[in-house]
Amino acid sequence: MGAQKKRAAAAAAAARVSEDPDDLARQPLQAILLADSFTTKFRPITLERPKVLLPLVNVPMINYTLAWLEAAGVAEVFVFCCAHSKQVIDYLENSEWFSQPNFTVKTIESHNIISAGDALRLIYEQNVIHGDFVLISGDTVSNMSLTQALQEHKERKKKDNNAVMTMIIKKSKPSPITRQSRLGTDELFMAIDPNTKQLLYYEDKADHSKGTICLDKMLLAENPSISLHNDKQDCYIDICSPEVLSLFTDNFDYQHLRRHFVKGLLLDDIMGYKIFTHEIHSSYAARIDNYRSYDIVSKDIIQRWTYPYVPDVKFCGNRATKLERRGICFTAFNSEIEQSRSAQVGSFTVIGYGTKIGSNSKISDSVIGEGCTIGSNVLIEGSYIWDNVIIEDGCELRHVIVCDGVIMKAGAVLKPGVVLSFKVVIGERFVVPAYSKVSLLQQPTVHDSDEELEYADNSSGTVEFSSIQGTADQSNGEMTSESSEAHKPKLGTGGVGYIWSICEGGQEEEWRHSVAPIPEDKLTELSEAMDDDQELVTQDRTALSTSGELISDSNASEGDDNEDSKDDSVYFEKEVEATFLRAVEENVKVDHVILEVNSLRLSYNMTSADCAGAVFYSMMKLAIKTPHSSASELQQNTANIITTWQKLLKSYLLEIDEEIEIILKFEEMCLESAKEFSPLFARILHILYDKDILQEDAILRWADEKEGADESDKVFVRQSEKFIQWLREASEEED
Amino acid sequence: MPDTQVLVNDFLNKLKKRKIEGSQATARQTAELLRSVISQQRVPYTNQAGALIDAVKAVGEQLIAANPVELAVGNIVRRVLHIIREEDLSLTTAAIGGLNLSAVSDDENDDDRDGDSTLSAAAVAAAARSTLRPPSLQTLLEDTPVSAAVPQTSSSGGDSEGKTADKSSRSRKLKHDVIEAVNELIQDIVTCHEQIAEQAVEHIHQNEVILTLGSSRTVLEFLFAAKEKKRSFRVFVAEGAPRYQGHLLAKELVARGLQTTLITDSAVFAMISRVNMVIVGAHAVMANGGVIAPVGMNLVALAAQKHAVPFVVLAGSHKLCPLYPHNPEVLLNELRSPSELLDFGEFSDCMDFGSGSGSPLLHVVNPAFDYVPPKLVSLFITDTGGHNPSYMYRLIADYYSADDLVVQRRATAGN
Repeated sequence: MGAQKKRAAAAAAAARVSEDPDDLARQPLQAILLADSFTTKFRPITLERPKVLLPLVNVPMINYTLAWLEAAGVAEVFVFCCAHSKQVIDYLENSEWFSQPNFTVKTIESHNIISAGDALRLIYEQNVIHGDFVLISGDTVSNMSLTQALQEHKERKKKDNNAVMTMIIKKSKPSPITRQSRLGTDELFMAIDPNTKQLLYYEDKADHSKGTICLDKMLLAENPSISLHNDKQDCYIDICSPEVLSLFTDNFDYQHLRRHFVKGLLLDDIMGYKIFTHEIHSSYAARIDNYRSYDIVSKDIIQRWTYPYVPDVKFCGNRATKLERRGICFTAFNSEIEQSRSAQVGSFTVIGYGTKIGSNSKISDSVIGEGCTIGSNVLIEGSYIWDNVIIEDGCELRHVIVCDGVIMKAGAVLKPGVVLSFKVVIGERFVVPAYSKVSLLQQPTVHDSDEELEYADNSSGTVEFSSIQGTADQSNGEMTSESSEAHKPKLGTGGVGYIWSICEGGQEEEWRHSVAPIPEDKLTELSEAMDDDQELVTQDRTALSTSGELISDSNASEGDDNEDSKDDSVYFEKEVEATFLRAVEENVKVDHVILEVNSLRLSYNMTSADCAGAVFYSMMKLAIKTPHSSASELQQNTANIITTWQKLLKSYLLEIDEEIEIILKFEEMCLESAKEFSPLFARILHILYDKDILQEDAILRWADEKEGADESDKVFVRQSEKFIQWLREASEEED
Repeated sequence: MPDTQVLVNDFLNKLKKRKIEGSQATARQTAELLRSVISQQRVPYTNQAGALIDAVKAVGEQLIAANPVELAVGNIVRRVLHIIREEDLSLTTAAIGGLNLSAVSDDENDDDRDGDSTLSAAAVAAAARSTLRPPSLQTLLEDTPVSAAVPQTSSSGGDSEGKTADKSSRSRKLKHDVIEAVNELIQDIVTCHEQIAEQAVEHIHQNEVILTLGSSRTVLEFLFAAKEKKRSFRVFVAEGAPRYQGHLLAKELVARGLQTTLITDSAVFAMISRVNMVIVGAHAVMANGGVIAPVGMNLVALAAQKHAVPFVVLAGSHKLCPLYPHNPEVLLNELRSPSELLDFGEFSDCMDFGSGSGSPLLHVVNPAFDYVPPKLVSLFITDTGGHNPSYMYRLIADYYSADDLVVQRRATAGN
């Protein structure tokens, strides 16, 4: 890969402009698909089957992702399998994905990986990614076109080598009451530069109790305008440059893509890596992160937002379904279902192949899989029933997920939010309490899930060990007696399975992520709480609750800021000077001085221009302090010092801006602190030029900038007029 | 024939993912695909036509299932089947010129044709011509000898020896003829725009006002053709929400120097009284003369009828569908993504299923097509000329065989 990289770099350098369109076409686009979410949100189902194979509107999730990748023009996909890797690989091998023309799917398998970061490190070691790639997890549904985002990414990359990632975002308003997005994730705050679309701030764990978020003031100081959004949804589709993989390898503590990697890059300004955003408007993208998003995305699919990935289009070997008109809306039907005449199937329902529905059953807003048997007088509302489920007469299901092979005996009732894992049997007339999760497997003890602790929510860490009764008491009290009794493996007469206690997610948080809609009383409770808050906080806190754009009032905020940073920079200059003088006295090596100044820079949070200014300032100070009798002697001293320490100075002169900064600094010194230099200005400028410290561009730009300034400001420009004139002629000759 | 399978799969994929836009492109590609299927198909000595028909049907069935909304696929499959039958028939008639034709083909044929077991493929085709199909003018005028010859064929079973040399040349001839005819079909599809556009001057007169909805390549070419013949007229373009392809059409018309007025779909009724003729494109034309057209067309047709403005539909012959709109095979509509109507982000709070009853209060339905009943259509202009809606079934009888209407092999057909 090294060679390839070199070649690519050489090619890019050789023909920056001319070859661009070819470049796009020539390099096949690659994608990394993480077939493991490295979370436990879908437990207990994911104990038996990997999340990417869970059916979403009767099609395994990974098919949506792969179908989209193929349609978006990705040529090669590396599917990274970890948990239940065998199942994923078996599934893919038997699917049609391995036999597609122009689209290769390769699997990478590993068992001891516990985070996305580890996965990417492993992929980096395998050396399979050669260019820009799409990073996506196998539970993402989208129909967006990548062309534009990719183009933007490449163009940015060409201009700025540090633009390593483009993140896809989409507008989606969070609920003001629950402070979470419609997908059930926490409200996300993003600060984006409205002009460059650079991502400046990313916070998905904001503290809502205070109703405030904290931005680093440097954000306001460094950017002319910032827009702060809380109505953007992170689609978890990233276009990455190959550097991203090496970044993961360099920072071995990066685990989570967002919490560690994105935030890490944003905070770390040493390397200067930048993340940009691309907002999609008319197309759809969403990731299924929890049971709520499973519910919402399913409904979006049925409502056809994901067109053409909808049930009646055969995008990946799914069976033919047909739309039928029900009332004003449409229901997807398979041609081979047996439905009793008196059964009522409402709108927005998908019914799979070979399912039987008995008389007087009512089904609405639900997805029913293949080969299910539904008895008579059954009520199914807003539920997801997978394949081969048997539901006997008189059952009631509201807003639940029922996995393959479950048997519900007559009269059983599932309260909202229940999840029944594979092959569970619910006994006759048993009522499964709300939000409970039932599985054939026993709940792993808390110690088992140690490795996931760092991934579990912050909130879950705190309630980890509290018993079910404890948590139930705290909150809505629905669960008290029923659930503790149900903790016994019995699920009514003839029932098979265990009800899991809900300590993992934190019971009071359970309603946030469940398939069931948020109950009315919870909403009123929350909105009342919010009203109380509102009364406490004064009225001028407006920006957060609406989607308002917050462009920093540049005058006011920068003025504030300048005062602060002025103090800082004075201290910084003093420190640098002290370091420098000590270095001169003790004959410290230049490299070490650079290190020391660097550490000062970090602790004072300065730019390299500041460093250059400070170092130059100290050098000039030293020159003046060295005893001298005449101006020419002073000039000689200065020249000597510059020659000795030019390496130090140069290490901060990365760009022209810093060089200009030096000239300005020098000018300032000549006017204020070291007037002795003023007659020598032009000559020292020449020395700096001779020593290659300043480039002619910098000097010319400085001169140009001064063109429009006051007469008093132009003293030095005029003094060095001859020199500038000479530079201009020289550069013209070169042309 | 592995390579055709690859081609077929590739095309199937494209159809399934709705990657091919427009009936013409679909029709052309379907025809080209079927041509290669036919040329790769190994033909047995006996019952060549049957083998070809089976091969085409096998592929056609998959193609139709891949995108049932695009009726052009089915049309072309049926056209090709018809071509095979016709060519076979004409060869048979030529062979019969002497007298008894071997009826070896009968035995093979009986298996998959249990209904009319005594008839050979040729006889079936011939019978189709004379009985199952309403007699087209062409048949009535040209084909009298054929129907006379048919009874001979079926009665001449038994004498089946020593015709192999003749047969092999015949089989090669059949395939060759079929491919020739399919090439002609492809040519027809490719040139249908020009063929239709040629008739433009007959229909568009000086200083007329033409109204159209959305964008159709056929309409565009038609208007250009009239413009090129120095007709001066104005065009009203209804924008065709929600895809607003009318905007593109207006742009192109203006680029060619046509006086164009862009209006919203909802302004059609207000403007129709000033219009001399409505000219629109279609997605498909059904056997009864009804039209499946971009959404909003019914509205325009009704407005035109109210003001007695002629409503003219332009359609290449590949859009003629031998099915009736009430046929269960015809999926009349496609529901497209609601994002064409409204911005998801703006309305995301209306679709928060997480609160209340869990079912969204806002539904967005975005059908792609309208059905315009035949009584609202004044005239069809196809590449063969102008036709009345009530004449459509006859046109269809010229293009399709009655036994191909349902392209589905019987369960026993796969041996």
